[in-house]
Amino acid sequence: MSRQAKAQAGQWRRLPLIENPRLRWGLVLGLAVYLVLALASVEVNWTRVAEGAGRGLNFLAAFTQPDFVSRRGDIINGILESLTMTVTSTVIGVALSIPVGLGAARNIAPWPIYYLCRGIITVSRTFQEIIIAILFVVMFGFGPLAGMITLAFATIGFMAKLLAEDIEDLDWRQVEAVRATGANWWQTMNHAVQPQVMPRLIGLSMYRLDINFRESAVIGIVGAGGIGATLNTSISRYEYDTSAAILLIIIAIVLLCEYSSSHIRRWTQ
Amino acid sequence: MPVSTTPQGTPSWRLHTTRTQWLQYLGWLAGACLFLLCWKVISDNTMWVFVEDAGRQGSDLISRMLPPQWSYAHRLWGPMWDTLNIATLGTLLGIAMAFPVAFLAARNTSPHPLVRSAALLIIVSSRSINSLIWAMLLVTILGPGVLAGIIAIALRSIGFIGKLLYEAIEEIHPTPVEAISATGAGRMQVMGYGVLPQVMPAFAGISVYRWDINIRESTVLGLVGAGGIGLQLNAAINSLAWNQVSVIFVMIFVTVLASEWISARVRHAII
Repeated sequence: MSRQAKAQAGQWRRLPLIENPRLRWGLVLGLAVYLVLALASVEVNWTRVAEGAGRGLNFLAAFTQPDFVSRRGDIINGILESLTMTVTSTVIGVALSIPVGLGAARNIAPWPIYYLCRGIITVSRTFQEIIIAILFVVMFGFGPLAGMITLAFATIGFMAKLLAEDIEDLDWRQVEAVRATGANWWQTMNHAVQPQVMPRLIGLSMYRLDINFRESAVIGIVGAGGIGATLNTSISRYEYDTSAAILLIIIAIVLLCEYSSSHIRRWTQ
Repeated sequence: MPVSTTPQGTPSWRLHTTRTQWLQYLGWLAGACLFLLCWKVISDNTMWVFVEDAGRQGSDLISRMLPPQWSYAHRLWGPMWDTLNIATLGTLLGIAMAFPVAFLAARNTSPHPLVRSAALLIIVSSRSINSLIWAMLLVTILGPGVLAGIIAIALRSIGFIGKLLYEAIEEIHPTPVEAISATGAGRMQVMGYGVLPQVMPAFAGISVYRWDINIRESTVLGLVGAGGIGLQLNAAINSLAWNQVSVIFVMIFVTVLASEWISARVRHAII
Protein backbone atom coordinates (compact mmCIF):
# COMPACT_ATOMS: atom_id res chain seq x y z
CA MET A 1 0.00 0.00 0.00
CA SER A 2 1.36 3.44 -0.85
CA ARG A 3 1.94 6.11 1.78
CA GLN A 4 -1.04 8.17 0.62
CA ALA A 5 -3.43 5.21 0.76
CA LYS A 6 -2.18 4.28 4.22
CA ALA A 7 -2.58 7.85 5.37
CA GLN A 8 -6.17 7.91 4.15
CA ALA A 9 -6.88 4.72 6.04
CA GLY A 10 -5.66 6.49 9.19
CA GLN A 11 -2.37 4.62 9.38
CA TRP A 12 0.00 7.50 8.68
CA ARG A 13 3.51 7.14 9.94
CA ARG A 14 6.24 9.73 9.81
CA LEU A 15 8.99 9.52 7.21
CA PRO A 16 12.15 7.79 8.44
CA LEU A 17 15.42 9.77 8.45
CA ILE A 18 17.11 7.21 6.19
CA GLU A 19 14.88 6.23 3.28
CA ASN A 20 16.44 2.88 2.34
CA PRO A 21 15.26 0.27 4.92
CA ARG A 22 18.23 -2.04 4.30
CA LEU A 23 20.72 0.74 4.98
CA ARG A 24 18.71 1.87 8.02
CA TRP A 25 18.57 -1.55 9.69
CA GLY A 26 22.13 -2.29 8.65
CA LEU A 27 23.30 0.86 10.42
CA VAL A 28 21.27 0.06 13.53
CA LEU A 29 22.66 -3.50 13.63
CA GLY A 30 26.23 -2.31 13.05
CA LEU A 31 25.88 0.26 15.81
CA ALA A 32 24.50 -2.37 18.21
CA VAL A 33 27.35 -4.80 17.47
CA TYR A 34 29.90 -2.02 17.86
CA LEU A 35 28.38 -0.88 21.16
CA VAL A 36 28.54 -4.39 22.61
CA LEU A 37 32.17 -4.81 21.52
CA ALA A 38 33.18 -1.36 22.71
CA LEU A 39 31.45 -1.52 26.08
CA ALA A 40 32.93 -4.97 26.67
CA SER A 41 36.44 -3.61 26.14
CA VAL A 42 36.06 -0.64 28.52
CA GLU A 43 37.63 -1.59 31.81
CA VAL A 44 36.37 0.32 34.80
CA ASN A 45 37.87 0.05 38.27
CA TRP A 46 34.66 0.57 40.25
CA THR A 47 36.32 0.64 43.67
CA ARG A 48 38.55 3.48 42.46
CA VAL A 49 35.52 5.30 41.07
CA ALA A 50 33.72 4.94 44.38
CA GLU A 51 36.76 6.33 46.21
CA GLY A 52 36.91 9.25 43.81
CA ALA A 53 33.25 10.15 44.17
CA GLY A 54 33.95 12.08 47.37
CA ARG A 55 36.69 14.01 45.60
CA GLY A 56 34.26 14.81 42.79
CA LEU A 57 31.85 16.27 45.32
CA ASN A 58 34.70 18.29 46.84
CA PHE A 59 35.45 19.68 43.41
CA LEU A 60 31.84 20.67 42.81
CA ALA A 61 31.75 22.26 46.26
CA ALA A 62 34.90 24.22 45.38
CA PHE A 63 32.98 26.00 42.62
CA THR A 64 30.72 27.57 45.22
CA GLN A 65 33.73 29.06 47.05
CA PRO A 66 36.57 29.51 44.57
CA ASP A 67 39.86 30.71 46.01
CA PHE A 68 41.24 33.56 43.93
CA VAL A 69 43.56 34.88 46.61
CA SER A 70 46.08 32.35 47.92
CA ARG A 71 47.75 31.74 44.51
CA ARG A 72 47.01 35.23 43.22
CA GLY A 73 50.49 35.88 41.81
CA ASP A 74 50.63 32.63 39.83
CA ILE A 75 47.13 33.08 38.47
CA ILE A 76 47.78 36.65 37.31
CA ASN A 77 51.08 35.72 35.67
CA GLY A 78 49.53 32.71 33.97
CA ILE A 79 46.55 34.63 32.64
CA LEU A 80 48.74 37.49 31.36
CA GLU A 81 51.03 35.02 29.64
CA SER A 82 48.05 33.24 28.08
CA LEU A 83 46.60 36.53 26.85
CA THR A 84 49.88 37.73 25.33
CA MET A 85 50.39 34.35 23.67
CA THR A 86 46.86 34.54 22.29
CA VAL A 87 47.33 38.00 20.78
CA THR A 88 50.75 37.44 19.21
CA SER A 89 49.97 33.96 17.91
CA THR A 90 46.71 35.11 16.34
CA VAL A 91 48.40 38.08 14.62
CA ILE A 92 51.30 36.00 13.32
CA GLY A 93 49.09 33.04 12.41
CA VAL A 94 46.58 35.16 10.50
CA ALA A 95 49.36 37.01 8.67
CA LEU A 96 50.93 33.71 7.60
CA SER A 97 47.62 32.07 6.78
CA ILE A 98 46.80 34.67 4.11
CA PRO A 99 49.49 33.54 1.64
CA VAL A 100 48.80 29.87 2.46
CA GLY A 101 45.06 30.44 1.98
CA LEU A 102 45.63 32.16 -1.37
CA GLY A 103 47.85 29.26 -2.41
CA ALA A 104 45.25 26.68 -1.35
CA ALA A 105 42.43 28.20 -3.40
CA ARG A 106 42.02 26.13 -6.55
CA ASN A 107 40.77 29.01 -8.69
CA ILE A 108 43.80 31.27 -8.28
CA ALA A 109 46.74 28.99 -7.52
CA PRO A 110 48.67 26.73 -9.93
CA TRP A 111 48.77 22.97 -9.16
CA PRO A 112 52.18 22.64 -7.40
CA ILE A 113 51.51 25.55 -5.03
CA TYR A 114 47.99 24.25 -4.43
CA TYR A 115 49.26 20.84 -3.31
CA LEU A 116 52.02 22.36 -1.15
CA CYS A 117 49.57 24.66 0.67
CA ARG A 118 46.94 21.92 1.08
CA GLY A 119 49.68 19.74 2.57
CA ILE A 120 50.58 22.41 5.12
CA ILE A 121 46.90 22.81 6.04
CA THR A 122 46.36 19.05 6.46
CA VAL A 123 49.40 18.57 8.70
CA SER A 124 48.50 21.58 10.83
CA ARG A 125 44.88 20.49 11.24
CA THR A 126 45.49 16.81 11.93
CA PHE A 127 47.71 17.11 14.98
CA GLN A 128 46.29 18.52 18.17
CA GLU A 129 47.92 21.70 19.44
CA ILE A 130 49.35 19.81 22.39
CA ILE A 131 51.30 17.35 20.22
CA ILE A 132 52.79 20.21 18.23
CA ALA A 133 53.54 21.98 21.51
CA ILE A 134 55.57 18.99 22.72
CA LEU A 135 57.75 19.17 19.61
CA PHE A 136 58.20 22.93 19.83
CA VAL A 137 59.03 22.76 23.53
CA VAL A 138 61.79 20.29 22.67
CA MET A 139 63.06 22.68 20.01
CA PHE A 140 62.68 26.09 21.67
CA GLY A 141 62.81 25.22 25.36
CA PHE A 142 60.12 25.77 27.99
CA GLY A 143 58.22 29.03 27.99
CA PRO A 144 55.64 31.08 26.11
CA LEU A 145 57.65 31.29 22.87
CA ALA A 146 57.06 27.60 22.15
CA GLY A 147 53.38 28.07 22.96
CA MET A 148 53.10 31.08 20.70
CA ILE A 149 54.68 29.24 17.76
CA THR A 150 52.38 26.25 18.37
CA LEU A 151 49.26 28.36 18.38
CA ALA A 152 50.41 30.30 15.31
CA PHE A 153 51.00 27.03 13.46
CA ALA A 154 47.55 25.74 14.42
CA THR A 155 46.01 29.06 13.38
CA ILE A 156 47.54 28.72 9.90
CA GLY A 157 45.76 25.42 9.25
CA PHE A 158 42.40 26.64 10.54
CA MET A 159 42.36 30.07 8.90
CA ALA A 160 43.95 29.05 5.61
CA LYS A 161 41.43 26.25 5.05
CA LEU A 162 38.40 28.46 5.65
CA LEU A 163 39.92 31.37 3.73
CA ALA A 164 40.69 29.12 0.75
CA GLU A 165 37.10 27.83 0.75
CA ASP A 166 35.85 31.41 0.85
CA ILE A 167 38.09 32.43 -2.05
CA GLU A 168 36.95 29.40 -4.03
CA ASP A 169 33.31 30.54 -3.84
CA LEU A 170 33.88 34.23 -4.48
CA ASP A 171 32.03 36.11 -7.19
CA TRP A 172 34.27 35.62 -10.22
CA ARG A 173 32.63 38.45 -12.25
CA GLN A 174 34.28 41.08 -10.05
CA VAL A 175 37.68 39.54 -10.64
CA GLU A 176 37.05 39.55 -14.39
CA ALA A 177 35.91 43.17 -14.28
CA VAL A 178 39.05 44.28 -12.46
CA ARG A 179 41.24 42.20 -14.78
CA ALA A 180 39.54 43.75 -17.83
CA THR A 181 40.85 47.16 -16.76
CA GLY A 182 44.38 45.79 -17.25
CA ALA A 183 45.14 45.25 -13.57
CA ASN A 184 48.08 43.03 -12.70
CA TRP A 185 47.91 40.06 -10.26
CA TRP A 186 48.58 42.19 -7.20
CA GLN A 187 45.94 44.77 -8.09
CA THR A 188 43.40 42.03 -8.84
CA MET A 189 43.97 40.53 -5.38
CA ASN A 190 43.74 43.93 -3.70
CA HIS A 191 40.65 45.29 -5.47
CA ALA A 192 38.63 42.21 -6.43
CA VAL A 193 39.46 39.36 -4.04
CA GLN A 194 40.36 41.13 -0.81
CA PRO A 195 37.15 43.22 -0.45
CA GLN A 196 35.04 40.10 -0.94
CA VAL A 197 36.76 37.97 1.69
CA MET A 198 37.61 40.71 4.21
CA PRO A 199 34.43 40.54 6.37
CA ARG A 200 34.76 36.77 6.69
CA LEU A 201 38.48 37.07 7.40
CA ILE A 202 37.88 39.49 10.26
CA GLY A 203 35.11 37.31 11.68
CA LEU A 204 37.26 34.18 11.51
CA SER A 205 40.22 35.97 13.10
CA MET A 206 38.06 36.97 16.04
CA TYR A 207 36.81 33.41 16.34
CA ARG A 208 40.35 32.09 16.21
CA LEU A 209 41.43 34.56 18.89
CA ASP A 210 38.82 32.96 21.11
CA ILE A 211 39.98 29.41 20.25
CA ASN A 212 43.63 30.34 20.78
CA PHE A 213 42.86 31.59 24.27
CA ARG A 214 41.10 28.35 25.13
CA GLU A 215 43.98 26.31 23.71
CA SER A 216 46.56 28.43 25.52
CA ALA A 217 45.01 27.18 28.74
CA VAL A 218 45.94 23.64 27.74
CA ILE A 219 49.39 23.70 26.18
CA GLY A 220 50.87 24.81 29.50
CA ILE A 221 50.47 21.18 30.61
CA VAL A 222 53.49 20.24 28.48
CA GLY A 223 55.47 23.34 29.47
CA ALA A 224 54.56 25.77 26.71
CA GLY A 225 53.60 28.65 28.99
CA GLY A 226 50.26 30.12 29.96
CA ILE A 227 47.70 29.39 32.63
CA GLY A 228 47.71 25.63 31.90
CA ALA A 229 50.78 25.00 34.06
CA THR A 230 49.18 26.71 37.07
CA LEU A 231 45.94 24.81 36.52
CA ASN A 232 47.75 21.50 36.15
CA THR A 233 49.69 22.04 39.38
CA SER A 234 46.61 23.04 41.32
CA ILE A 235 44.69 19.96 40.13
CA SER A 236 47.48 17.54 40.93
CA ARG A 237 47.83 19.08 44.39
CA TYR A 238 44.07 18.62 44.90
CA GLU A 239 43.75 22.39 45.52
CA TYR A 240 40.32 22.34 43.93
CA ASP A 241 39.35 25.80 45.14
CA THR A 242 42.23 27.34 43.16
CA SER A 243 41.42 25.18 40.11
CA ALA A 244 37.79 26.30 40.32
CA ALA A 245 38.93 29.93 40.43
CA ILE A 246 41.12 29.45 37.34
CA LEU A 247 38.34 27.66 35.45
CA LEU A 248 35.90 30.45 36.32
CA ILE A 249 38.37 33.07 35.05
CA ILE A 250 38.80 31.11 31.80
CA ILE A 251 35.03 30.85 31.35
CA ALA A 252 34.62 34.59 32.01
CA ILE A 253 37.31 35.57 29.50
CA VAL A 254 35.91 33.22 26.85
CA LEU A 255 32.45 34.70 27.39
CA LEU A 256 33.83 38.22 27.06
CA CYS A 257 35.71 37.27 23.86
CA GLU A 258 32.64 35.64 22.40
CA TYR A 259 30.41 38.59 23.22
CA SER A 260 32.80 41.14 21.71
CA SER A 261 33.58 39.01 18.67
CA SER A 262 29.88 38.61 17.86
CA HIS A 263 29.60 42.42 18.03
CA ILE A 264 32.59 42.90 15.72
CA ARG A 265 31.24 40.34 13.27
CA ARG A 266 27.86 42.05 13.17
CA TRP A 267 29.63 45.37 12.58
CA THR A 268 31.73 44.08 9.66
CA GLN A 269 28.94 42.24 7.87
CA MET B 1 32.11 59.19 -3.03
CA PRO B 2 35.78 59.29 -1.99
CA VAL B 3 37.38 61.67 -4.46
CA SER B 4 40.56 63.67 -4.22
CA THR B 5 41.77 66.42 -6.53
CA THR B 6 45.13 66.24 -8.26
CA PRO B 7 47.34 69.38 -8.36
CA GLN B 8 46.09 69.89 -11.92
CA GLY B 9 42.52 70.18 -10.63
CA THR B 10 41.12 66.97 -12.11
CA PRO B 11 39.18 64.77 -9.65
CA SER B 12 40.50 61.24 -9.20
CA TRP B 13 38.86 58.22 -7.56
CA ARG B 14 40.20 56.72 -4.33
CA LEU B 15 39.25 53.64 -2.35
CA HIS B 16 38.56 55.49 0.94
CA THR B 17 37.67 58.98 2.15
CA THR B 18 40.32 60.86 4.11
CA ARG B 19 38.48 60.25 7.37
CA THR B 20 38.25 56.46 7.01
CA GLN B 21 41.86 56.43 5.83
CA TRP B 22 42.98 58.14 9.05
CA LEU B 23 40.81 55.88 11.20
CA GLN B 24 42.36 52.87 9.52
CA TYR B 25 45.87 54.17 10.15
CA LEU B 26 45.01 54.75 13.82
CA GLY B 27 43.53 51.27 14.13
CA TRP B 28 46.65 49.70 12.63
CA LEU B 29 48.85 51.79 14.95
CA ALA B 30 46.93 50.69 18.04
CA GLY B 31 47.03 47.06 16.91
CA ALA B 32 50.75 47.21 16.23
CA CYS B 33 51.42 48.73 19.67
CA LEU B 34 49.39 45.98 21.36
CA PHE B 35 51.23 43.33 19.39
CA LEU B 36 54.65 44.76 20.26
CA LEU B 37 53.71 45.03 23.93
CA CYS B 38 52.62 41.38 23.99
CA TRP B 39 55.72 40.37 22.09
CA LYS B 40 57.87 42.11 24.69
CA VAL B 41 56.22 40.15 27.52
CA ILE B 42 56.86 36.88 25.70
CA SER B 43 60.41 37.84 24.83
CA ASP B 44 61.15 38.68 28.48
CA ASN B 45 59.93 35.25 29.55
CA THR B 46 61.98 33.38 26.98
CA MET B 47 65.45 31.91 27.41
CA TRP B 48 66.95 33.04 24.12
CA VAL B 49 69.98 30.78 24.60
CA PHE B 50 67.74 27.78 24.06
CA VAL B 51 66.09 29.35 21.04
CA GLU B 52 69.43 29.97 19.32
CA ASP B 53 70.10 26.28 18.82
CA ALA B 54 66.50 25.45 17.88
CA GLY B 55 67.57 24.54 14.36
CA ARG B 56 70.11 22.05 15.65
CA GLN B 57 67.60 20.60 18.13
CA GLY B 58 65.01 20.31 15.36
CA SER B 59 67.29 18.48 12.96
CA ASP B 60 68.47 16.27 15.80
CA LEU B 61 64.83 15.44 16.61
CA ILE B 62 64.08 14.57 12.99
CA SER B 63 67.16 12.39 12.70
CA ARG B 64 66.07 10.49 15.83
CA MET B 65 62.54 10.05 14.48
CA LEU B 66 63.70 8.57 11.18
CA PRO B 67 63.47 5.79 10.28
CA PRO B 68 60.29 4.94 12.26
CA GLN B 69 60.44 1.70 14.21
CA TRP B 70 57.64 -0.04 12.31
CA SER B 71 57.84 -3.20 14.43
CA TYR B 72 56.33 -1.11 17.25
CA ALA B 73 53.09 -0.64 15.29
CA HIS B 74 51.55 -4.00 16.25
CA ARG B 75 51.48 -2.91 19.90
CA LEU B 76 49.38 0.10 19.00
CA TRP B 77 46.20 -1.62 17.76
CA GLY B 78 44.81 -2.04 21.28
CA PRO B 79 45.35 1.61 22.27
CA MET B 80 43.97 2.72 18.90
CA TRP B 81 40.76 0.71 19.52
CA ASP B 82 40.54 2.40 22.95
CA THR B 83 40.98 5.80 21.29
CA LEU B 84 38.16 5.08 18.83
CA ASN B 85 35.97 3.90 21.72
CA ILE B 86 36.68 7.03 23.74
CA ALA B 87 35.71 9.22 20.80
CA THR B 88 32.62 7.25 19.77
CA LEU B 89 31.18 6.41 23.18
CA GLY B 90 32.02 9.93 24.37
CA THR B 91 30.18 11.41 21.39
CA LEU B 92 27.15 9.19 22.03
CA LEU B 93 27.05 10.15 25.71
CA GLY B 94 27.55 13.80 24.78
CA ILE B 95 24.68 13.64 22.27
CA ALA B 96 22.39 12.11 24.88
CA MET B 97 23.14 14.98 27.28
CA ALA B 98 23.25 17.77 24.69
CA PHE B 99 19.91 16.92 23.10
CA PRO B 100 17.65 17.98 26.01
CA VAL B 101 19.93 20.93 26.84
CA ALA B 102 19.59 22.26 23.28
CA PHE B 103 15.79 22.12 23.45
CA LEU B 104 15.86 23.94 26.80
CA ALA B 105 18.24 26.56 25.39
CA ALA B 106 16.41 27.38 22.15
CA ARG B 107 14.26 30.49 22.47
CA ASN B 108 11.24 28.92 20.74
CA THR B 109 11.16 25.62 22.65
CA SER B 110 12.41 26.65 26.09
CA PRO B 111 9.79 26.34 28.83
CA HIS B 112 10.96 29.38 30.83
CA PRO B 113 13.58 32.17 30.42
CA LEU B 114 15.29 31.08 33.65
CA VAL B 115 15.63 27.51 32.38
CA ARG B 116 16.97 28.94 29.14
CA SER B 117 19.73 30.89 30.86
CA ALA B 118 20.67 27.85 32.96
CA ALA B 119 20.94 25.77 29.77
CA LEU B 120 23.01 28.47 28.08
CA LEU B 121 25.32 28.53 31.10
CA ILE B 122 25.85 24.78 30.80
CA ILE B 123 26.65 25.16 27.10
CA VAL B 124 29.10 28.03 27.66
CA SER B 125 31.00 26.38 30.50
CA SER B 126 31.26 23.11 28.59
CA ARG B 127 32.54 24.95 25.52
CA SER B 128 35.10 27.08 27.33
CA ILE B 129 36.92 24.19 28.95
CA ASN B 130 39.05 22.01 26.74
CA SER B 131 38.56 18.25 26.86
CA LEU B 132 42.12 17.84 28.17
CA ILE B 133 41.27 19.94 31.23
CA TRP B 134 38.10 17.91 31.76
CA ALA B 135 40.25 14.77 31.43
CA MET B 136 42.77 16.06 33.98
CA LEU B 137 39.98 16.69 36.47
CA LEU B 138 38.29 13.37 35.82
CA VAL B 139 41.54 11.43 36.12
CA THR B 140 42.01 12.77 39.63
CA ILE B 141 38.39 11.97 40.44
CA LEU B 142 37.76 8.64 38.66
CA GLY B 143 41.30 7.38 38.37
CA PRO B 144 43.24 6.92 35.13
CA GLY B 145 41.60 4.94 32.35
CA VAL B 146 39.26 4.97 29.41
CA LEU B 147 36.21 5.93 31.48
CA ALA B 148 37.70 9.33 32.37
CA GLY B 149 38.41 9.92 28.68
CA ILE B 150 34.88 9.01 27.62
CA ILE B 151 33.31 11.34 30.16
CA ALA B 152 35.77 14.15 29.34
CA ILE B 153 34.88 13.91 25.64
CA ALA B 154 31.17 13.78 26.48
CA LEU B 155 31.33 16.85 28.72
CA ARG B 156 33.17 18.84 26.07
CA SER B 157 30.75 17.71 23.35
CA ILE B 158 27.67 18.97 25.21
CA GLY B 159 28.62 22.58 24.55
CA PHE B 160 29.48 22.13 20.90
CA ILE B 161 26.48 20.00 19.92
CA GLY B 162 24.16 21.96 22.21
CA LYS B 163 25.15 25.32 20.72
CA LEU B 164 24.86 24.30 17.07
CA LEU B 165 21.65 22.36 17.71
CA TYR B 166 19.90 25.15 19.59
CA GLU B 167 20.81 27.57 16.79
CA ALA B 168 19.31 25.09 14.32
CA ILE B 169 16.15 24.84 16.46
CA GLU B 170 15.82 28.63 16.59
CA GLU B 171 16.01 28.79 12.79
CA ILE B 172 13.20 26.28 12.08
CA HIS B 173 10.15 27.24 10.05
CA PRO B 174 7.29 28.18 12.40
CA THR B 175 4.51 27.08 10.01
CA PRO B 176 4.76 23.28 10.55
CA VAL B 177 4.81 23.91 14.31
CA GLU B 178 1.68 26.05 14.04
CA ALA B 179 0.00 23.45 11.85
CA ILE B 180 0.69 20.68 14.35
CA SER B 181 -0.46 22.75 17.32
CA ALA B 182 -3.64 23.69 15.37
CA THR B 183 -4.57 19.98 15.35
CA GLY B 184 -4.70 20.12 19.14
CA ALA B 185 -1.38 18.35 19.71
CA GLY B 186 0.22 18.44 23.13
CA ARG B 187 3.61 19.99 23.85
CA MET B 188 5.58 16.79 23.34
CA GLN B 189 3.64 15.97 20.16
CA VAL B 190 4.46 19.41 18.74
CA MET B 191 8.13 18.74 19.51
CA GLY B 192 8.02 15.26 17.97
CA TYR B 193 6.12 16.06 14.80
CA GLY B 194 6.76 19.79 14.24
CA VAL B 195 10.26 20.57 15.52
CA LEU B 196 12.19 17.31 15.49
CA PRO B 197 11.82 16.40 11.80
CA GLN B 198 13.08 19.87 10.84
CA VAL B 199 16.27 19.71 12.94
CA MET B 200 17.04 16.01 12.42
CA PRO B 201 19.33 16.43 9.36
CA ALA B 202 21.25 19.28 11.05
CA PHE B 203 21.49 17.20 14.23
CA ALA B 204 22.91 14.18 12.42
CA GLY B 205 25.40 16.39 10.59
CA ILE B 206 26.53 18.13 13.79
CA SER B 207 26.94 14.81 15.59
CA VAL B 208 29.11 13.30 12.87
CA TYR B 209 31.17 16.49 12.71
CA ARG B 210 31.73 16.39 16.46
CA TRP B 211 32.66 12.70 16.26
CA ASP B 212 35.37 13.64 13.77
CA ILE B 213 36.72 16.35 16.11
CA ASN B 214 36.52 13.96 19.06
CA ILE B 215 38.70 11.38 17.28
CA ARG B 216 41.32 14.10 16.98
CA GLU B 217 40.99 15.13 20.62
CA SER B 218 40.92 11.60 22.00
CA THR B 219 44.37 10.91 20.52
CA VAL B 220 45.94 13.23 23.12
CA LEU B 221 43.82 12.49 26.20
CA GLY B 222 46.31 9.81 27.22
CA LEU B 223 48.90 12.52 27.90
CA VAL B 224 47.08 13.21 31.16
CA GLY B 225 46.31 9.54 31.80
CA ALA B 226 42.84 9.20 30.30
CA GLY B 227 43.50 6.19 28.07
CA GLY B 228 43.97 5.64 24.37
CA ILE B 229 46.99 6.06 22.15
CA GLY B 230 48.09 9.16 24.06
CA LEU B 231 49.31 6.89 26.88
CA GLN B 232 51.70 5.21 24.45
CA LEU B 233 52.71 8.60 23.08
CA ASN B 234 53.47 9.86 26.57
CA ALA B 235 55.49 6.74 27.42
CA ALA B 236 57.46 6.95 24.17
CA ILE B 237 58.23 10.66 24.69
CA ASN B 238 59.25 10.16 28.30
CA SER B 239 61.63 7.37 27.33
CA LEU B 240 62.91 9.56 24.44
CA ALA B 241 62.06 6.78 21.95
CA TRP B 242 61.49 9.22 19.10
CA ASN B 243 61.42 6.49 16.46
CA GLN B 244 58.36 5.07 18.23
CA VAL B 245 56.85 8.56 18.50
CA SER B 246 57.01 8.89 14.72
CA VAL B 247 55.11 5.58 14.29
CA ILE B 248 52.40 6.92 16.61
CA PHE B 249 52.27 10.19 14.64
CA VAL B 250 51.78 8.29 11.39
CA MET B 251 48.95 6.28 12.97
CA ILE B 252 47.24 9.37 14.34
CA PHE B 253 47.59 11.09 10.98
CA VAL B 254 46.01 8.19 9.08
CA THR B 255 43.18 7.74 11.60
CA VAL B 256 42.31 11.42 11.64
CA LEU B 257 42.34 11.65 7.84
CA ALA B 258 40.09 8.56 7.63
CA SER B 259 37.62 9.92 10.17
CA GLU B 260 37.56 13.28 8.40
CA TRP B 261 36.83 11.55 5.10
CA ILE B 262 34.01 9.48 6.65
CA SER B 263 32.47 12.50 8.31
CA ALA B 264 32.68 14.57 5.10
CA ARG B 265 31.01 11.73 3.14
CA VAL B 266 28.21 11.33 5.70
CA ARG B 267 27.56 15.05 5.94
CA HIS B 268 27.54 15.28 2.15
CA ALA B 269 24.97 12.46 1.99
CA ILE B 270 22.74 14.12 4.61
CA ILE B 271 22.75 17.66 3.26
